[in-house]
Amino acid sequence: MDVPLIEFRDVTKRFGDRTILDQISLKIYENQITTIIGKSGTGKSVLLKHIIGLLEPDEGTILFRGRPVREMEKGEWEAYRSQVSYMFQNNALFDSLSVFDNIALPLRQTTNLRKREVMRKVMTRIQQTELTDVARKYPSELSGGMQKRVALARALVTDPKIVLFDEPTTGQDPIRKNIILGMIAHYRRIFGFTAVLISHDIPDVFFIADRIILLWEGKAAFEGTYEESTQLDHPMIDEFLHSLEGFQDELTGLLSKQVFKNRYTVTLQKGKLDTTISAILFTVDFDLVAELFDAPVFEILKIMGENINDYFGPLGGFSARHQRNQLLTILPHITLADAQSLLDTFALRLREKAFADIQAVIRSRMGADVCLNLSVKAGIIEGKSTDDIDTIIAMAESSQKTVAVYRCDQGGEA
Amino acid sequence: MLQARSQIRPFSSLGKAAGDFIRKLGSMALFFGEGFCKIFRRKQIREIINQVFYIGAKSTNIVMLIGLFTGMVLGLQLYYTLIKFGSEGVLGSVISLSIIRELGPVLTAIMITARAGSAMAAEIGILRISEQIDALYTMRIDPVRYIVSPRIAAAIISFPLLTAFFDLIGIIGGYLTGVLLCGVNEGAYFYRAQSYIDMVDIRGGFLKSLVFAVLVATICCYQGFFTHLRSDSFGAKSVSLSTTSAVVMSCVMILVSDYVVTSFLM
Repeated sequence: MDVPLIEFRDVTKRFGDRTILDQISLKIYENQITTIIGKSGTGKSVLLKHIIGLLEPDEGTILFRGRPVREMEKGEWEAYRSQVSYMFQNNALFDSLSVFDNIALPLRQTTNLRKREVMRKVMTRIQQTELTDVARKYPSELSGGMQKRVALARALVTDPKIVLFDEPTTGQDPIRKNIILGMIAHYRRIFGFTAVLISHDIPDVFFIADRIILLWEGKAAFEGTYEESTQLDHPMIDEFLHSLEGFQDELTGLLSKQVFKNRYTVTLQKGKLDTTISAILFTVDFDLVAELFDAPVFEILKIMGENINDYFGPLGGFSARHQRNQLLTILPHITLADAQSLLDTFALRLREKAFADIQAVIRSRMGADVCLNLSVKAGIIEGKSTDDIDTIIAMAESSQKTVAVYRCDQGGEA
Repeated sequence: MLQARSQIRPFSSLGKAAGDFIRKLGSMALFFGEGFCKIFRRKQIREIINQVFYIGAKSTNIVMLIGLFTGMVLGLQLYYTLIKFGSEGVLGSVISLSIIRELGPVLTAIMITARAGSAMAAEIGILRISEQIDALYTMRIDPVRYIVSPRIAAAIISFPLLTAFFDLIGIIGGYLTGVLLCGVNEGAYFYRAQSYIDMVDIRGGFLKSLVFAVLVATICCYQGFFTHLRSDSFGAKSVSLSTTSAVVMSCVMILVSDYVVTSFLM
């Protein structure tokens, strides 16, 4: 792999007698989203504050593109800092300044941009974060979620190269959490910044994270991809991930990924051998009108989850969100032919009932004049309960066909 | 050996306290120096005007009220004292001199400390504990330049102006009681006041107000800015203690420095 953008080498930080970071070593790579997870009090925020220079290590070295930051000249250090932006856990908004002034503050104070240019940049961020109606209000007049978005807009207004997000989704509802995470992923693609975020929103955060770093007792217990993390054999880490993930996926109301996997292995694999199962993998594709972080996208996924649960649940099926826009259902004791018949009926239900709900969401959220199209693809595969779940998913994905299309210009169903 | 140690202990703690105090004074002096040097920047003008409005303009009414009653009390007290010596004719000069040289600068500074100094310490303390000062740092905005410098500049501008208001209203207050109430001759009151006041008295009063401005702004900003370093408390409690310390320390320093400056001027 390339030289890491930021590297911690044996960094130790103590506050009094407490050692928060204990000779921690980790790497953060450019143009990736690195998610830091760990129990409360394990030094996640302390770690981020070291990156931006708010704290200095007692021991060890922090390197930026292979160069120790302590050895940087003043100009070099300032140039480094100008590339880094930080979104605080409690937002750290200036309560005596309006939303507009809060977002404009770094531009007004650190650049020589003209008033009109500042206005343009700030208004762009305000629109992107859906804050147009509250631009003249003060932070204390906003909800927690709105304050979070103001902090996000302020962090992004200077077009930074590295953005550090300290629990950006805390206190948000499931839809808003996904919107914020989607926004981070979306902006990272557009602006090409490197994101380092602390989050406890599992599995949502895993859908956008390129790498995960797990802090455990002051050290980086794990560094790698989500797939690699699932292979970990560490009972305490396993327990921690389970406790964070919870029983249900907050957004769709379906089973959490871990509970789904447990149910698959415990109920089916450890029960009767060679039980016939069918798996249906749904993918919801949106047209270009919908940005990844648009609220309707997540509300539509929620509607899909509810419909899948309502329809397949009573038949003994259990479902989970597999990817950001993919939902997987396992139907025990059901053959491929029966599953196909069930899918046809479900597709009809989608067109008759779910699309009406989706239409209502699009109209209320995006306005009657905005046209958003979507298609639902489904792939069915028959297998045995002893089959590996990942193999089943891969096969179902390869057999996906479009089962329902929503076109706004045809009043919904097409 | 143990006995010797127990005998030294009171002195060692006294020495430690003295050392801490001197270290703190040095730290405050550096803090003021940094804040003062960062005043001179074009982008500061707007913020300085805001602070002049807050520290200066909004304190005008209370300073004038205090000035009026101080002058009135002086008028009464001095009239009944001077009349014993048959010297009530010098009432105007005594009131004017005591207000311009001493009471004007000192009481104005104490009033501003109570009104604006405490607010400065509390506001900066809250900025500190809610990580807003850290946020400035992460945005590459120098917190001392953005928060402290405008307040120091505004204090340096506001204190002498408010002192001038206090002096004027104080002399009018003395006139109200001395002339209108007690019957001192109006012409004698103003003639004595005018003839006994020299420019050196006015300059001395303004010099004091400048010294007080520097002290009050520095102490209040310093207490708020380093709220998080307090070892005796955290969070909201530390803000309240910082505010109390700022007010008490400012008042004490106003009186101590008043003596020092007066002794140099005399």
